[in-house]
Amino acid sequence: MALSGIMRPAFAQIRVLDMPAAIEHYTKRIGLHQVCEGADGRVYLKTADEFDHHSIILRRADAAGIDLMAFKCLEEADLDRYEKRITEYGIAVDHVAAGEMPGIGRRIGFTIPSGHRIELVATSEMSEPKPRTHNPDVWDVEPHGMAARRFDHALLYGPDIEKVLDFFVEALDFRLAERVDMPDGLLAIWLTCGMKAHDIAFVKHQEPGKLHHISFDLENWQAVGHAADILTRYDISIDIGPTRHGITRGQTIYFFDPSGNRDEVFAGGYTYYPDLPTRTWDQTQIGKGIFYYERQLNPAFLSVVT
Amino acid sequence: MGDRFSITLEGHGVASGYPNERVLVALERAQGFGQLKNMPVKLPVGCRRGGCGVCRVRVTRGVYRSDPMSRAHVSAEDEAAGVLLSCCIYPLSELSLRLETTAAVKAKYRETPAIEQGG
Repeated sequence: MALSGIMRPAFAQIRVLDMPAAIEHYTKRIGLHQVCEGADGRVYLKTADEFDHHSIILRRADAAGIDLMAFKCLEEADLDRYEKRITEYGIAVDHVAAGEMPGIGRRIGFTIPSGHRIELVATSEMSEPKPRTHNPDVWDVEPHGMAARRFDHALLYGPDIEKVLDFFVEALDFRLAERVDMPDGLLAIWLTCGMKAHDIAFVKHQEPGKLHHISFDLENWQAVGHAADILTRYDISIDIGPTRHGITRGQTIYFFDPSGNRDEVFAGGYTYYPDLPTRTWDQTQIGKGIFYYERQLNPAFLSVVT
Repeated sequence: MGDRFSITLEGHGVASGYPNERVLVALERAQGFGQLKNMPVKLPVGCRRGGCGVCRVRVTRGVYRSDPMSRAHVSAEDEAAGVLLSCCIYPLSELSLRLETTAAVKAKYRETPAIEQGG
């Protein structure tokens, strides 16, 4: 197996103002399933196509945003290996005991220069619904809502993304798939730990620790169109789309959950291999890079975060 | 739609809103119809659901009801003083508002057109 170490996003914990409204949005509209509710009130969600216990955690809070994003490692020994490398890099590592979230093994956690908490985990129980593994159908539980297949990535906003880039590449073995360079420096980075065009992305922003969006993978462009129908039918606040990104080539639509956190559902994007060069965008073509059809940013893209 | 109320955005114009409609949505429609004049920037519209804070206004007159909104952008003191997110309030009478967009957001909205011109 060539893919080792950090393989992919595991889960993200999102703060919501109204828990019942958030559950309805993420389950009935985006198409996730509720796995369980913890004793502390956190609610654990997953898609029917994911094996692991959960991929989205909702936490009731007075302010919207993201608490943490975790990545899944192939084996437990990876956690010790990365703890050593992160510590040697100069970033403090803390430990979260197994069971702090239901079904999830021990985690290590750390705060990156953009102000975000990142965690690594290697062990997760499986939960229902999940795909069958013997003579599997394309789905076991019939898809509903936007039919999200997986929690795919997040875009985070914060300062010092040059340092974030160096850390993810040097300490965590990520690779830089795409970047945007403005006259005053690096504006944005798309990082991958596997074979997707991005697993996490960052945009330079004054305030630390902000969430731009969490993103869910859909099967195809048709599914993005169906998602757009759902947004209008249920009066969900739209940001932009359906459209396409020049960067990563994803076919996409952006909208907001009932607490104002931005969500994306998307399809496509190219396959990344570790020998591929970084694709670079400059100021003259950034509009096309972000929104390939509109060819310009909307005002909200650079300024609206939670 | 029920009762219709005029919503005055001081210095910019008058919108029409309804008790079951977010004030921000009424302002967006007025902007679409060209009824808001002399805006320093385009009407700041973000998540429309109380999270991002860009649509902050001060209600200077009138009665409204409100949804929960992020305490990162509207403190309890703000709320008591009528400083709120216009996406989370609904008119129950005629209203007068003043934009109270934070300085940070104003600066970002100024930056964005420069990038659009480059694109």
